[in-house]
Amino acid sequence: MTTGKLFKLFKIRGGVHPDDRKQLSAGQAIEKLPMPPLLHIPLQQHIGAPAESLVRRGDEVKKGQLLARNQGAISAPVHAPTSGRIMGVGGYPAHHPSGLSVRTITLKPDGEDEWLDSLEPCDDYDQFSPEEIADRVARAGIVGMGGATFPSAVKLNLRKRYSLHTLVINGAECEPYLTCDDRLMREQAMQVVEGVKLMARALGVEQILFAIENNKPDAQASIREAAEQSEMITVVGLPTRYPMGSEKHLVQTLVGKETPARGLTADIGVVVHNVATARAVYDAIVLGRPLISRVMTVTGESIQHPKNVEVLIGTPLNNLIDYCGGFTEIPERLISGGPMMGQPLPSLRVPAVKGSNGLLALSGKLNRATTEMPCIRCASCVNACPCGLVPLDMANHIKAGSLDSSVKLGLLDCIGCGSCAYVCPSHIPLVQYFNYAKGELASRQRTQHKQNETKRLAEARNERMEKIKQAKREAMAKRKKEMEEKKRKKAEEAAAVAGAES
Amino acid sequence: MSEETTTFGPYTHAKSSISRTMGLVMLSLLPATLFGLYQFGWPAIFLFLTTIVACVVAEAFSLRVAGKPIKPFLMDGSAVLTGWLLAMTLPPWAPWWIGLIGALLAIIVAKQVFGGLGQNLFNPAMVARVALLISFPLEMTLFNQPAPLFSAQAPGFLESLAITFGSSDSIDAVSSATTLGHLKTELGQGVGLPEAATTTASIWQQLWGQTSGSLGETSALLLLLGGLFLIYKKVITWHIPLSMLGTLALLASLFHLIDSDSYVGPMTHLLSGAAILCAFFIATDLVTSPVSIRGQILFGAGCGLLIYVIRTWAGYPEGVAFAVMLMNACTPLIDHYLKPRIYGRDRKGEPLVYSNEGADSK
Repeated sequence: MTTGKLFKLFKIRGGVHPDDRKQLSAGQAIEKLPMPPLLHIPLQQHIGAPAESLVRRGDEVKKGQLLARNQGAISAPVHAPTSGRIMGVGGYPAHHPSGLSVRTITLKPDGEDEWLDSLEPCDDYDQFSPEEIADRVARAGIVGMGGATFPSAVKLNLRKRYSLHTLVINGAECEPYLTCDDRLMREQAMQVVEGVKLMARALGVEQILFAIENNKPDAQASIREAAEQSEMITVVGLPTRYPMGSEKHLVQTLVGKETPARGLTADIGVVVHNVATARAVYDAIVLGRPLISRVMTVTGESIQHPKNVEVLIGTPLNNLIDYCGGFTEIPERLISGGPMMGQPLPSLRVPAVKGSNGLLALSGKLNRATTEMPCIRCASCVNACPCGLVPLDMANHIKAGSLDSSVKLGLLDCIGCGSCAYVCPSHIPLVQYFNYAKGELASRQRTQHKQNETKRLAEARNERMEKIKQAKREAMAKRKKEMEEKKRKKAEEAAAVAGAES
Repeated sequence: MSEETTTFGPYTHAKSSISRTMGLVMLSLLPATLFGLYQFGWPAIFLFLTTIVACVVAEAFSLRVAGKPIKPFLMDGSAVLTGWLLAMTLPPWAPWWIGLIGALLAIIVAKQVFGGLGQNLFNPAMVARVALLISFPLEMTLFNQPAPLFSAQAPGFLESLAITFGSSDSIDAVSSATTLGHLKTELGQGVGLPEAATTTASIWQQLWGQTSGSLGETSALLLLLGGLFLIYKKVITWHIPLSMLGTLALLASLFHLIDSDSYVGPMTHLLSGAAILCAFFIATDLVTSPVSIRGQILFGAGCGLLIYVIRTWAGYPEGVAFAVMLMNACTPLIDHYLKPRIYGRDRKGEPLVYSNEGADSK
């Protein structure tokens, strides 16, 4: 391992320093949640097409068995988190602010927790080809576990289209409260580092930068120790600042280059993966186990005993709250993820999914929203924006209904980090404006697409009908001609006969 | 748990609010203000209070007429701050109605007519000051020598009441031109600068503020300390003050070097009059200054340039209010053209292109 102390970092613009409140759960070792009575496993836990169910009500499944296979290039399969009986495949509230019903497999654990026989553990994984690694990662249903949930295998296959030189492992965990990646790095450094090496192999990169914020010295130390033998890995301490964990800003900090707008970090030869994803890759390749559980931080001022818990995918969230001793008070808000970019939860019935890194019960005392005041143009948001945008201008244009001009101002370059709304002295919900506008633009685009499609189909139909008509006309003309021909022949014949008679 | 599950984050917030921002500005104005009130005595205190109370009442009245909630807007402290800043730029022994009319102009005409907090194009205190200066040139240019509270030359409480609220002639007895005003007059009469400057306050007096001038503008040192505190507290950034004072000092030095007989030197420009107050508290007014860093530097430089031009070649000895208002008018234009560069794009807004590596190389 090369030392990270002398590693040159590049400055990024903007950013904020929220109170990290990680001390609530940072000291708690990862615990395994007891088996919940029912698991609700959604078919879509990733970006892309939902998986297609392969099981039916009444089926008996083993732990790790494939429940639903991926559909299309960007998708991920889903596996059984434990052995048991399928209770049904149908609608269940989604792990999403809307709480809308989505297709979900309900599994009743049998208590045996019995693994599938056909797992393929592997000791000589050093021999695997990049294709083999990516393929196994795809079959294990691994997605980006930092919250983005993009299918990891697709990212591991980027070497086919880009020349890559660096793999960045994102251990920044810059969201306040969350400590699951921190604990993972401290407790399972070996597995994480092995997973990282496998990913680097799949990508064919020359160097690995393992980036960890400086507020996690223990994690830095244990990863350094685990990576001691590897020449490729450099552990880099990052300044503690939000949003340091934003993929593009992390890469800029480490490499000094900005990712071109609307592009990927792969455009500048870098791929970023999360710490938890690295462990999932280790499980998949070395142990042959698919992604069926993850570590979540259950914390917040309203939780009795904040903890870091290893949770089976599909566990309803109220089981987590119960395990952590319940609430000390009625929480003001329940959040999935961190307080900066997390989403409000519609209820505690919704299941833990592959992308859930935290369950926060925030107290009203600390986080109560104050009334919104007019913008005083203080430029706090301009200085806080890591993307060089002018949030106050964008919000004004959106308020006035001119979404197109807000796009010209850079709306689509906004990463939604919330730094602007965090610092705003007028408590203007800027992120809400931006998300509204992004959603509205997307829906307009869909409408436009639909209209174009309808128009295209209608035109195609007209053309078809025209062709049919044309064919008919031609056929008619032909027949007419034939008839005339016949008539003429008949007449000629008649004339000939008449001529002969006379 | 709250019902509004559709709202977006962040669900945590910095300890910032408008009232905190305004409070910090007032706190940083406090030393210079207390010094001004002490050195100009009871009349100054009466004028100061009159102006602030009038501002608050005008604000409450306007909010009521506009049908806006009164309490949250009064509590944000912006009306008090406007009154405070206006009072600091008035001659300390000006009659009460100067403060009152100034307050009405600032709050009603300059701020509320434009739509209230955050909507005004021009700095309210400067609008009031300019309007007063043009309408009441006599009252607005009658300055007096410092007469610290409880000192021998200071007017008593009742006498002070008469100065502010009555029709007293006592002010004429002690009236005295400001440094800039004196120099302007003398230079205008063809007197060389070295002679003209002999009768003005020393640099030290200007720095500390023991000189005649507006109520809260005299103590450059205390204003500077307050301004640095604001930068330290991140309410303002250094860009406007530095570019403004830098431009002013640069121009003053340049012309002073060329002709030291007719052009006033940089120290006098910086330390006398409203330059320091303007640099840290007026030009940096959040609402009426540009939001980008490059915009702020341009804005500050523009203010500095205009102040020098007005002070040197125009009819008024002091040009701060005019300069700031002219630059306020440019703010929307500056904000339109000088935006920060967006991440991943060049200055023109096109996505960055790296020539030698990366993109679709295979």
